[in-house]
Amino acid sequence: MRFGNGFFASLAIGAIWGAVWMIVVSITFMLVSGAITTPPVGAATLAGLVAGGILMAFPPGARTPGVRIAAAVAIFGVLGLLTLGQPLGLPLSAVPAYQIVAIALVVGLIWISIHLCVKGLAGAGLPRYQMEVLFIRLMKGLGFVLFTIVVALPFYVMVMTSLKSQQSLLANPLDFSLDLAQGPQALFRSYIELFTQFHFGTFLVNSAIVSVVTVFLTLLFSVPGAYAVSRLRFPGQAFLSRSILLIYMVPAIVLVIPLYAVFSQIGLRNTLTGLMVVYPATTIPVALYMLQGYFRGLPAELEEAGLMDGLTRFGVIMKITLPLSLPALASVALYVFMIAWNEFLFAFMFLDNIDIFTLSRGVVSLNSSEVPRQHLMAGAVVATVPVLVIFLWFERFLVSGLTAGSVKG
Amino acid sequence: MTDTATPPKGVGPLARREMRLAYAMLLPTFAIVIAIVLGPLLANFWISFKPVQLGDLRPAVLVANERLRGDLAAAGDRAAIEYRVRNSSRDNAIGDVGFTDTLPAGLVVGALDERCSVSDEVLTCAFGDIEGGFRDRVRIEVIAEAAYIADPVNPRDSKPIISGDADNILTSTEFTLENFTRIFSSDEFWHILRVSMYYTIFGTAGALVLGLFAAQLLNTVFPGRGLLRGLFLFPYVAPVIAVAFTWVVLLDPFSGTLNSILLQMGAVDEPISFFGQRSVPISFLGLTFEFPVALTTVIAFEAWRYFPLSFLFILARMQSISTDMYEAAEIDGATPLQQFWYISLPQLMGILAVLFLLRFIWTFNKFDDIFLLTGGAAGTRTLTVDVYEQAFAVSNLGAGAAVAVVVFIVLLSFSLLFFRFSPKDEG
Repeated sequence: MRFGNGFFASLAIGAIWGAVWMIVVSITFMLVSGAITTPPVGAATLAGLVAGGILMAFPPGARTPGVRIAAAVAIFGVLGLLTLGQPLGLPLSAVPAYQIVAIALVVGLIWISIHLCVKGLAGAGLPRYQMEVLFIRLMKGLGFVLFTIVVALPFYVMVMTSLKSQQSLLANPLDFSLDLAQGPQALFRSYIELFTQFHFGTFLVNSAIVSVVTVFLTLLFSVPGAYAVSRLRFPGQAFLSRSILLIYMVPAIVLVIPLYAVFSQIGLRNTLTGLMVVYPATTIPVALYMLQGYFRGLPAELEEAGLMDGLTRFGVIMKITLPLSLPALASVALYVFMIAWNEFLFAFMFLDNIDIFTLSRGVVSLNSSEVPRQHLMAGAVVATVPVLVIFLWFERFLVSGLTAGSVKG
Repeated sequence: MTDTATPPKGVGPLARREMRLAYAMLLPTFAIVIAIVLGPLLANFWISFKPVQLGDLRPAVLVANERLRGDLAAAGDRAAIEYRVRNSSRDNAIGDVGFTDTLPAGLVVGALDERCSVSDEVLTCAFGDIEGGFRDRVRIEVIAEAAYIADPVNPRDSKPIISGDADNILTSTEFTLENFTRIFSSDEFWHILRVSMYYTIFGTAGALVLGLFAAQLLNTVFPGRGLLRGLFLFPYVAPVIAVAFTWVVLLDPFSGTLNSILLQMGAVDEPISFFGQRSVPISFLGLTFEFPVALTTVIAFEAWRYFPLSFLFILARMQSISTDMYEAAEIDGATPLQQFWYISLPQLMGILAVLFLLRFIWTFNKFDDIFLLTGGAAGTRTLTVDVYEQAFAVSNLGAGAAVAVVVFIVLLSFSLLFFRFSPKDEG
């Protein structure tokens, strides 16, 4: 057995995973249990290093279950010894159930990460190819951990803050443990108050009306437009099919002053109708662009056959084109719904009257020092959940539709 | 026969019909886009040359308040209907002002203000041209008849109908360059422009790099991949208000979770005010830099929120790269990083260029994110936030529109530059 590049790489990999998992698990432990600790990152680094050494000391074929168990035991042992029996920096008597789970997680995750990184690789004489494989495995693993945390942490904080009280949050901002004993009435107090005192029921209905009407109007306008651009020959067709997206590049902030001025004068400003005029206008170009890309991909022969058999153009669109392009219609509808639901600028500028606030506008009105923070976060959750649920339901359509327009081959 | 078949010239009736149909189908789209996008775009140029304040949007009008003075208890009682009239604007004159009002049945008009006349129970008053800040009272003496006592109607039930022509500043032909001189001469403007560029360039680059990384992660098949892909799209799908306020709460210097974590880990000695601190000095190799904290944080937010979009497009493109190339490279002994550098990256160049262009423009246009995170404070004010500040916080619509013109012109020059130098076959 020689100790070469692979072995030293494995030591480094073990050390990195030891530090990373100790930080990640102990923060999670603090957030979930409410206990406070300073995690022994150094000890975990050493423990990982030792485990990396043990696994790599044997050639891939000789890493028997015994060797693997020895590595796991080594992580646990080194961690326990270096921290004098306090593997998370806390006496074991404090929140023991959480601690046991957390320690098991730390040891298990460090062990499996190192194992997956060095799997099938020998300790010495690795060529560049194998060293790069090792490096890529480490980067991918770190990438997964990092991306998942960075994406999930804000949403976790959002949901948990909405279920806490202002006092407990100020006392310990790390404590997201839930007091389930207080009963659902107290747990969901913020939500109940939003719907009873802050008119969030109305906002929800307003947002739904505006978004659904926007989707409907956008499809009504963009389907014939996209059909004309993709199927009919007329001067300017090529120019239109390429330049329609340019409209989508016009910044909303440039439009907001004139629209504000004009809508104020004609009485459309403080109305939902005003929003239902502006939103479709901004989404039609992009919907038209996405749809014409899809229509172009449908075989024209089907439509020609329909025309030969005596269908009118309208009949062809209704009976042939639209049924064939249901996935594209769904994705466009979903995308437009998302834009309308999430829109902030125009809702913020146009709506003054609390009865016609949309959710975006309503949540902004919660952002004041008089409203507790958990109400703001509860409002954010109320605004997020419908669009996320709809999105996850139809995710497949959205992904294929969003990428269909411009990505070819 | 000398006739030979010649191909038809010009536009045939069939083609013309198709053309008409196409235009008819596109007409509604044209109409709404012109009304809501192109029209306002031009109107914005118009407003930027006008000395118009937010308050000028409500044109000056005559305001008339009516009340009955005296008691009408029995037939023959006398009382007066008093109109208090004023100009709603302190500064702007109104021309040819007057009002008409219907008097309740059964009231006989006694002494009349000389500016008013009555015919068929309709009172008409005319004031001619009035100045800004104009205030006056008009008294109409009335005598009750039996009919009124039997069926008394409060005179206030009929609202006076106002007439008058006020100058609408938006439609007048008064122009000024003051808006532009004001914004270009302020010291802040060049700083704002620079911040906009930093935000756009680094925000775009960050979103692209993160997207590329995330796409690499999910370009292999493993259990839970669909779940992770859904999760990675969350920041893009969630409403901007929700995620922006969550970041504000998460990064709060006093009660924010992130600062507590950093303190607990011993990474920092005192909490960092991520959105409130303009810059911190950082010494590196003997040189001291001013590191912009708030600007970096909003750029990080931008990259976080929009990496899912580039991730989706890059992943879709990656999955369409033929595996033959990788197999050939494998046989030739190319290492994984070489395969990425010499095969994946060149194949992805097209989509990366398109994404860069689109995201660059959209990031430059972005308003909501910075507005919600910092409100443009602590050195994060971009041009788009400045439009809002000038137009609605300072209430100078004209100056706001002037900044919007700058936004549009910068955008236009970038677009032209991009389209001039971008590869022709992509898009």
